[in-house]
Amino acid sequence: MNAVITANGLSKRYKDAVALDNVNFTIQPGRIVGLIGPNGAGKTTALKAMLGLTNFQGHLSVLGLDPRTQRDKLMEEVCFIADVAVLPRWIRVSEAIDFVANVHPRFNRAKCEAFLARTKLQPNQRVRQMSKGMIVQLHLALVMAIDAKVLVLDEPTLGLDILYRKQFYQSLLEEYFDDNKTIIVTTHQVEEIEHILTDLMFIRDGKIVLDTDMEAVGERFAEVMVSAEMASTARQLNPLDERQVFGKSIFLFDGVDHARLESLGEIRRPSVSDLFVATMKGTYA
Amino acid sequence: MKTLYWLMKREYWEHRGGFLWAPAITATTLLAIALMSIIGGEIVGRRMGLFPLNDIPRGNDPLTPEQFQHVGTTLDGFLCFSAVVVLAVMAIVVFFYCLGSLYEDRKDRSILFWESLPISNWKTILSKVLSATVVAPVIATVIGVLFGLVLLALGLFYLMFHGFNAWHLLGAAHPIQVTFDIIALIPLYALCALPTIGWLMLCSASARSMPFLWALVIPLASNLIVWWLDVIGLLNLNASWYFQHITARLLFALPPVNWLEFSSKLHVHSPDHVTMLDQLGLAGNYAALAAPDAWIGIIVGGAMLVAAIWLRRWRNDA
Repeated sequence: MNAVITANGLSKRYKDAVALDNVNFTIQPGRIVGLIGPNGAGKTTALKAMLGLTNFQGHLSVLGLDPRTQRDKLMEEVCFIADVAVLPRWIRVSEAIDFVANVHPRFNRAKCEAFLARTKLQPNQRVRQMSKGMIVQLHLALVMAIDAKVLVLDEPTLGLDILYRKQFYQSLLEEYFDDNKTIIVTTHQVEEIEHILTDLMFIRDGKIVLDTDMEAVGERFAEVMVSAEMASTARQLNPLDERQVFGKSIFLFDGVDHARLESLGEIRRPSVSDLFVATMKGTYA
Repeated sequence: MKTLYWLMKREYWEHRGGFLWAPAITATTLLAIALMSIIGGEIVGRRMGLFPLNDIPRGNDPLTPEQFQHVGTTLDGFLCFSAVVVLAVMAIVVFFYCLGSLYEDRKDRSILFWESLPISNWKTILSKVLSATVVAPVIATVIGVLFGLVLLALGLFYLMFHGFNAWHLLGAAHPIQVTFDIIALIPLYALCALPTIGWLMLCSASARSMPFLWALVIPLASNLIVWWLDVIGLLNLNASWYFQHITARLLFALPPVNWLEFSSKLHVHSPDHVTMLDQLGLAGNYAALAAPDAWIGIIVGGAMLVAAIWLRRWRNDA
């Protein structure tokens, strides 16, 4: 299948900083990609470039369209939720539905209303009277009713409590996602989306430092718990990271043969957050 | 077309307070003041023994057709005047509407929601321009004429209270025709308001903060510099000319009857007109567009709107 998004030599410079530095990647359809990086790494800039919200150098194609020049057409197939609380505060639930239903050709009103029926939202309620969690419910209802090919989520659950966060991703997975759709999500709450991601991209200082699918993560990376006497042997294998727990050392290895690591101790698949911390060491130093 | 309609509907939802309630409340307040004055005048008059009024000619003699028409002219003029009062309030509302139109959604970041929908920027901005130049004036005109009618009825009721039955005079007025005549002039109003609307929306699209200050300071400060250059003799540009043709048109082209400065033929208070409706004659008023000055303003206003569309597209750093 054709890639949904292709970036070649994608760069973006702000006045005093480089946000994207010659980035290359492709995203295939039917994937859920986590774009993960520290604050200021260029995540949002990358998303904005895909959405045609910012200018850039290099080549970027989304669904075969150039986001800079074909934005209006692109937005019929691409949806995005940019952090919480960007819905206008004056709008009522019914007005929001009416408006989107009449300007978006791929909006399914019944689907939206069915989703809202399971929430406490009232048609007459204004956004300003809602909690953050309710605003996201409304936004998600609007977006899930749009039959788009790409959904971009930029910190969609920031500031929500855990009930809303779980519900958000559960709804996306159960009622929205299928093989024809692609979801790109950035978040700092990595643990919560780890199990739903199919692909992982780490971005640091405007560069993609890791671009892999989740199955390959388990093959390529390994976390080994090593007792004190074996620690120096383990260090010779160039671990990415080392930390101490209960008098033992936990090493994180990249691309070291698993058979060799088994002699050092118990092997585990590293969590995305441990991998992230190890990869981003020294970012803020 | 459908998208544009819904975009304008959205503007109306958001700005119902300014477009509908501000004119309505103004009219209601003025009516309340009128009622208070009448009651106050009546009571003070009675205390001072001014009633009954005997020196006013009794309106019981039938009017000649000419007199009747004359009464109609006066009443229509009165309706126009009340519409102009309400349109003046609307001008203030629209001034601030334009200033906020491309700024507020960047400030509260809701622009990110609007940008997530497949809507062209030029349509969004066109819908805002049409809201300012058509939706708001039409609402204000209807409210203004209704306001005038209620005020007239109040006056006639007062006369009746004093024994003058003048209700039939209301038949001489043409409220519906006045409303449509004013509405037919709205495109002219919109064209002449374009320099101010373009300027305010350009400031609204470009300011990182305080669009009001930018919109005000740039024309006024440049005017001051022109005046100063003139005083020290460096540049022979008349500051009052500059004010009239640049500053005033960037800032003050929103009040009603804004095309007057371009019309040489039109004399609103000329006594030759038989009825008020003649003064509202479309041809006479639209003749203002023969002035090149008017077109320079329209072109500059349009250019500023194009600049606003470009800025909106490429300068959202929300």
